[in-house]
Amino acid sequence: MSEKIVIIGAGQAGCQAVESLRKEGFTGPITMVGDEAYPPYQRPPLSKAYLLGKFERPRLFLKSDAWYAEAGCELILNTSARAIHRAERIVELNDGRKLPYDKLLLATGARVRKLRCPGADLAGIHYLKTIADVDGLQDVFQTGKRIAIVGGGYIGLEVAAVGAKRGLDVTVFEAMDRLMARAVSPQLSAFYADEHEKAGVKLKLRTGVEAFEGNGKVERIIAGGQAYDCDIVLVGIGVIPCDELAVHAGLASEDGIVVDQNARTGDPHIWSAGDCTRHVGREGHSIRLECVQNAIDQAKHAALAMTGNPKVYSEVPWFWSDQYDLKLQIAGLARPTDALVQRGDPASRKFAVFHLRDGKVAAVEAVNAAPEYMIGKKLIAEGKQVEAAKLADTSIPMKTLG
Amino acid sequence: MAQKYRVTFIEDGGKAHTVEVAEGWSLMEGAVKHLVPGIDADCGGACACATCQVYVAPEWADRLPPKSDMEETMLDFAPDVRPGSRLSCQLRMSAALDGIVLHLPKSQH
Repeated sequence: MSEKIVIIGAGQAGCQAVESLRKEGFTGPITMVGDEAYPPYQRPPLSKAYLLGKFERPRLFLKSDAWYAEAGCELILNTSARAIHRAERIVELNDGRKLPYDKLLLATGARVRKLRCPGADLAGIHYLKTIADVDGLQDVFQTGKRIAIVGGGYIGLEVAAVGAKRGLDVTVFEAMDRLMARAVSPQLSAFYADEHEKAGVKLKLRTGVEAFEGNGKVERIIAGGQAYDCDIVLVGIGVIPCDELAVHAGLASEDGIVVDQNARTGDPHIWSAGDCTRHVGREGHSIRLECVQNAIDQAKHAALAMTGNPKVYSEVPWFWSDQYDLKLQIAGLARPTDALVQRGDPASRKFAVFHLRDGKVAAVEAVNAAPEYMIGKKLIAEGKQVEAAKLADTSIPMKTLG
Repeated sequence: MAQKYRVTFIEDGGKAHTVEVAEGWSLMEGAVKHLVPGIDADCGGACACATCQVYVAPEWADRLPPKSDMEETMLDFAPDVRPGSRLSCQLRMSAALDGIVLHLPKSQH
């Protein structure tokens, strides 16, 4: 009898796990269960090219429909799991079906954090996480409409950029004193604030949202004690890991299903990968990463461990964001105490900020600067000592510093 | 439905896969959406990861649009770059590329 593998969650991590399990030589049956109507798809384009209308829906799908049959993966969609019976090694689905497993992968992802304030359930208040979310937004996302965006992070700013391009009247409300405060250096925040304002986006920093008002649908947002008229609201204030299934089954979760460096949970038959997990990162700290890189790399490591060939997951995290014609590429995890070294002039719209810790590159933020990003990522992985003065000197080619 | 054209990917070991790709889609998409191993395309086609490198034979290379600055610089850092190297996420399928043959590197990392 060959082993059965069940994957709960049909996103980037789940899909990668199927591909990697087959690559590693697993030949038994695989079943993947997803609660959306669609097979695994790419989420990054949703707030970028897909919202802009420049990317047709079929292109979002990670694989062709035929791929799953060829890969021997049964895909169960529109279905969630409601319980894991660990002693019997059975997953129970919400339609009552019971799936026996030998090995289980939880790739349940994350869900959007919802605003809780008066009027937060009015019609016209949108979130952005799924194809259905964007399709629901498209109808109203039209030239001349006033959109209030709550949250100046990646999602909010990518939507702001698309909105400005499509001729909407865009205002971004951010509670912190700068944009993308959780993700980037103050230099980057200032640069992006400038770019958005040049594109006509109004930024309201240090402005928390207090309420929404409207007759049946949202008409006003109350923020920082002032009322602003709007036609649409888009909220992008982060995500929460989907760990309920794991928690109910008695697995440890600390704002993320706790896994080891082989993506294994406390149960030797259960692994977990992607946005839903928390693991000890390469720097020795417990982290939760919400990104494509983690979904892919952790799923690969889960597949390696599930097929009896475990390797320690210690890849350098990387992220990207497209706003206007600016490609932001980030590698590594910055800390507020890092020394910052700037390379290039932001006015040229091509520059990078290196984060140095103990004389080594800990993170790099690159705007339209692929060499800085690629070499920076390599320097992070190798942990080599670098001279700050050389990094800052654009007359020294980046290539010679790697 | 958009017109589809054929592309053949040849693995490092010599195994060939011919798939159809819709006009306007990237050649990378032709590989990853089907069961063609050897192209990772971790970023999904955003020219952000340099893991979709292919080698284009000289007779086809001339029919491709020139590399953008971003593709040029990302390729600089891909493993085992050769004269015919391109990032397949940046190559759009068209009638002119019907039947194109792309060789795959041993590894994308």
